[in-house]
Amino acid sequence: MNKLLQKIRPERLRELILLLLISVVLIFFASVIERYLNARLFNRVSASVAIMALLAIAQTLVILTRNIDLSVGAVVGFTAYFVGYQLSQNQEITPLVAILMAIGVGALMGGFNGFLVAFCGIPSIIVTLGTMALYRTLLVEYSDAQTVLTVNLPQWLLDIPRVNILSFDGLNLRLMVGVMIAIVILFQLFLRYTSFGRKIYAVGSNPEAASNSGFPNRKIIFITFILCGALAGLSGFMYLARFGNITVVAGLGLELKSVAAAVVGGVNIFGGSGSIFGSVLGAILIDLLENSLIRWLQISEFWRDAMLGILILASVAADSVIMKRFRRYRLKKQTETKS
Amino acid sequence: MKILFKTLKSWEGFLSFILLIIIVVNTFNSESFLSIDNQINIFELSIEKIIIALIMVFIIINAEIDLSVASMMGLSACALGWLVESGSPMILSIVLCLIIGVLGGAFNGFWITVFKLPSLVVTLAMLIGFRGLARVLVEDRSIRVFPSWFEALGQQALFGPFPLSIILFFLLLIVVVIILKFTGFGRYIYFIGINQDVALYSGINVSKVKMYLFIASGFISALAGILFAARLGAVRGDMGLSFELDIITMVLLGGVSIFGGTGSITGVFLSILIVLYLRNGMSLTNITGHVQTGVIGVLLILSVLIPNVQKFMQNYLNQSRK
Repeated sequence: MNKLLQKIRPERLRELILLLLISVVLIFFASVIERYLNARLFNRVSASVAIMALLAIAQTLVILTRNIDLSVGAVVGFTAYFVGYQLSQNQEITPLVAILMAIGVGALMGGFNGFLVAFCGIPSIIVTLGTMALYRTLLVEYSDAQTVLTVNLPQWLLDIPRVNILSFDGLNLRLMVGVMIAIVILFQLFLRYTSFGRKIYAVGSNPEAASNSGFPNRKIIFITFILCGALAGLSGFMYLARFGNITVVAGLGLELKSVAAAVVGGVNIFGGSGSIFGSVLGAILIDLLENSLIRWLQISEFWRDAMLGILILASVAADSVIMKRFRRYRLKKQTETKS
Repeated sequence: MKILFKTLKSWEGFLSFILLIIIVVNTFNSESFLSIDNQINIFELSIEKIIIALIMVFIIINAEIDLSVASMMGLSACALGWLVESGSPMILSIVLCLIIGVLGGAFNGFWITVFKLPSLVVTLAMLIGFRGLARVLVEDRSIRVFPSWFEALGQQALFGPFPLSIILFFLLLIVVVIILKFTGFGRYIYFIGINQDVALYSGINVSKVKMYLFIASGFISALAGILFAARLGAVRGDMGLSFELDIITMVLLGGVSIFGGTGSITGVFLSILIVLYLRNGMSLTNITGHVQTGVIGVLLILSVLIPNVQKFMQNYLNQSRK
């Protein structure tokens, strides 16, 4: 046991705890709700996680650099509406162009945030609080308080949420979920093994040291914000495909949920540590809880938000207490073995 | 003359200048803008936000943040509705709601001071949590059960033309100025904001100061929630949703640094006036609420961008002189 604890890295331990927590939640709800563990649960949770996970990744990238992006919800809403409106006006737009359009618009909005944060020296919380309001206003003005309706959208878009890559006894691996998994793996590898990925961690864990070592801090932060916006844009496209009807309140509140997912997933709010896998597990846990609480008839579904708040607090507190001890323990053991 | 020039160059001077422009434009657009009735109306429409902004000044100067204020407001209003509906007497319910505020604030403070968690995360969690509790209490109904004297307190003038909430705001403003400017506690708040470690080693009980601030924040937010319930005469689960954006904008625009340690109540009062008059002015020219929110967002960014650009220009000029 002790040997195992020494070998494991703190991040891995965190992810293992999350996996354990997810299974505890599953077992708990399976025991109180009849016919809980079935294919429909998997399909429903995985479909909603696909959207949330992308946002959790986007938020993680930004938080790793010691920043925060509160405008992702508004970016999702705007790209979903923008692309939906273009598609309902012009049915000839091909899927690829539509997706690129969503990513492009998102990247542009993220780039604007990034420019203000990186090159104008404004704290990200102020910039993104401002652009959260600004992008939402753009959406309201652009849409003229109209709604994108499912009937006006091309058929291929409406089919996307129902396309399966694999199907096994009612257990469907949807295309959107597949895309999500691919992006998760891509970004996990990107952060761990590319030099740019390591630079993101470096900038977040010690900006001064990073800049003294010759890293272009501003450029790195700028690019992370662009990546964050692009991911939020893609997530906006998925939002459009999944829900079809897009109103001016689309994506409201997703910014807080994405921060919650990242924080529950063990991403340090002060930057520099955390993993993509962790925050995706955080997103899964939150979505699983939401979907399960709705079906638990003993308590009102209105408890959902209250439970979510407590969960976030508990996980951050556990992180700070357990992880601090664990790190100290590892350090002690390491020095012991050396001497 | 030199002093005048210096004030104009300061942040408060800059805010006064902008405020003057807004007032001139507004009076030009509508003659009734400066009338007492309109002024009271402007204040009353956002009175809950500006009351909370006063306590937020303390918290941000102390280098913390409280995002849960708007949710606490909703929670206390909903708790009030729920209590009265289930037959508790009005006065007792109000006291209980204020106690809820104190407990909620202490709960935030507990995680921040004992577990040393970042206030951004704690209050973000409670932004969701308190709102969730509010929804648990009233679900998706709208409760309208308050006695008429309570609604009158929120809607009618109490003293001269002033309703209770405005009188409370100005009383609080005086208290806040006294605490920040003339008491040791006020100095502690600035000191902790500038450098928490140094403050700790100088023998200041940092945790205690923070705890007091968060309890005060919860209490004032609960009070604002009660005033809000009185003004509207009904409560709903989504009361005060995303008010925290406006509140934080007012404080930051007033020159309080998000990194703590600096800021003055004069600046915040000026920025409160700017935000209120700007919204009112836009309403007078038929600009919708959503655009108003957007303009406030831009204002928030500009409020930090302008001093940065100014600093940059100064450095540039100094360098080229050499």
